[in-house]
Amino acid sequence: MSHQNGISGGRHGAHGVNVSLEERAYRIRRLALRMGEVQGQGYIAQALGVADVLAVAYFHAMTYRPKDPEWEGRDRFLLSIGHYAIALYSALIEAEILPEDELETYGGDDSRLPMSGMAAYTPGMEITGGSLGHGLGIAIGFCLGLKAKKNPAFVYNLCSDGELDEGSTWEAALSAGSHKLDNLIAIVDVNQMQADGPSTAISNFEPLGPKFEAFGWYVERVDGNDIPALVAAFDRARNLKEARPRVIICDTKMAKGVPFLEARERNHFLRVEAEEWAEALDILDKARAVALQQGEA
Amino acid sequence: MSRLSKYTPRKVQLGPNGERLKTSAMIASIAGVDQRTAPAPFGHALVELAKSRPEIVGMTADLSKYTDLFVFAKAYPERFYQMGMAEGVLMSAAAGMAREGFTPFVTTYAVFAARRAYDFICMAIAEENLDVKICCALPGLTTGYGPSHQATEDIAIFRGLPNMTIIDPCDALEIEQATHAIAAYKGPVYMRLLRGNVPLVLDEYGYTFELGKAKVVRDGRDVLVISSGLMTMRALEAAKALSADNVDVAVLHVPTIKPLDTETILREAGKGGRLVVVAENHTVVGGLGEAVAGTLLRAGVAPKFRQIGLPDEFLDAGALPTLHDRYGISTGAVIRQIKGWL
Repeated sequence: MSHQNGISGGRHGAHGVNVSLEERAYRIRRLALRMGEVQGQGYIAQALGVADVLAVAYFHAMTYRPKDPEWEGRDRFLLSIGHYAIALYSALIEAEILPEDELETYGGDDSRLPMSGMAAYTPGMEITGGSLGHGLGIAIGFCLGLKAKKNPAFVYNLCSDGELDEGSTWEAALSAGSHKLDNLIAIVDVNQMQADGPSTAISNFEPLGPKFEAFGWYVERVDGNDIPALVAAFDRARNLKEARPRVIICDTKMAKGVPFLEARERNHFLRVEAEEWAEALDILDKARAVALQQGEA
Repeated sequence: MSRLSKYTPRKVQLGPNGERLKTSAMIASIAGVDQRTAPAPFGHALVELAKSRPEIVGMTADLSKYTDLFVFAKAYPERFYQMGMAEGVLMSAAAGMAREGFTPFVTTYAVFAARRAYDFICMAIAEENLDVKICCALPGLTTGYGPSHQATEDIAIFRGLPNMTIIDPCDALEIEQATHAIAAYKGPVYMRLLRGNVPLVLDEYGYTFELGKAKVVRDGRDVLVISSGLMTMRALEAAKALSADNVDVAVLHVPTIKPLDTETILREAGKGGRLVVVAENHTVVGGLGEAVAGTLLRAGVAPKFRQIGLPDEFLDAGALPTLHDRYGISTGAVIRQIKGWL
């Protein structure tokens, strides 16, 4: 049974049907924090920031079979940014592609969940990312292959704003436009933070949308922490009848949902004190309870 | 050395018959004047293969013409992918195609694969052990265009890459056979290509390519030349010439550089009494010569050992015969070096 479309994010499984996307995003954030706690540090701010995007991708947009991650009909999700693995593992656990108890092994010896995502290690991890700027080019090959097989699946490639510094990203953008890859949906997480500082201060990629447009792409730019906006953007990208690749540029907030982490400067690789993990989880839980009480938009 | 050390006025240099020597262009053949040749052996072999292998696709970065992939592109336009002059996306997209069940034959020049696209080959193709065949023209010193096009260190670069099989074929016959053999093998391969009208040599010796196998093409009691690629044809020519001087030269052809056929190399080099010369169209750093040296040393086999190969330098531009002679890989230079070591 493939995942059903719909804003409810409904899907069969132990985590229940008709679970809201807000609930999915909350659970993804929780899982990421629990994994972060295992290592005591990590790319947790990125995971919290991109959780809403992953919730919409995995529980609204994409088709897949949790028990058969290599199913030929699945939409392919490529994680170009290998260090976002903690975020994707959380989505894969929530999607029941990975068992939840394995999160305790995150980053450990012989774990299937290494700190940087690799194809040979993890069910549902389509590519070995991490050498930044590779994903979009690999996605092109997936798209060309699917077209040659007349397979209607989509290829999603999640890349970061930092990866916009890489020339290979733009080689691939030019190539995707040239090949009119209407089965390609790139997602750019613009969280304005890379290793050495704020992304546009490192290398100014703005105005970003017009750049992709000039390369022949259909462009959506949304608040990447606004679930209804994301749903609408993913729907338009998937349903577009034009023969061109699509990009959803998502402006996200690093560490979204945990204000004391959001406030930390230089949060590319967050160090979190031992007692702060419980505090962060507690903040998430309380905010979720409030949202449910208020009847959730 | 000054930045402009080569930038002083020169007079026109003429060849031995008073002819004007020209830079060997990309489309130039390495064939000698009287050598038998076959046209575009890689392209024709791939077309033949594609008849029974629908998953084979061709991909290039604006070099189908100069890598003989155009033959395939003409025969199977719907299975040919022009990726533009972008070697990174070429290799990445090939990896994606392989993930979808295709077997991409990817072509560019050896310099661009080994230098520019290395990270993409490493992480997208080799690390995932994907079934991509990277077939590259202008290996070693096979163009007179200078360092921008001379891939003198391609083998050294790819030897360090886990999972990568490396093939350095000698002639048209071997290119055809090796194309079929690497298609039958599942996994990433880097193959050096000779293109255009490629010399035909090994058919005279009843030779058949086998992946991973070194073969004695000619036996001899005085010298054992261990060679790959076009240096095997040079070694065979040198052996013929040296036999007139009563020097008996054996030639062990090693077209698979990795994984290396250490068993055959140790057996032949261990026979004793022969000068062992490794000859390669590659820098003496990190290629077949050092691979053989390490194999011998680790096994405690210690014959008199010499290397014929390109110097550890950025090489000159110019006419290919001049350059081959200058850097010691022409037939004449091979003969001179061997004689000097005996």
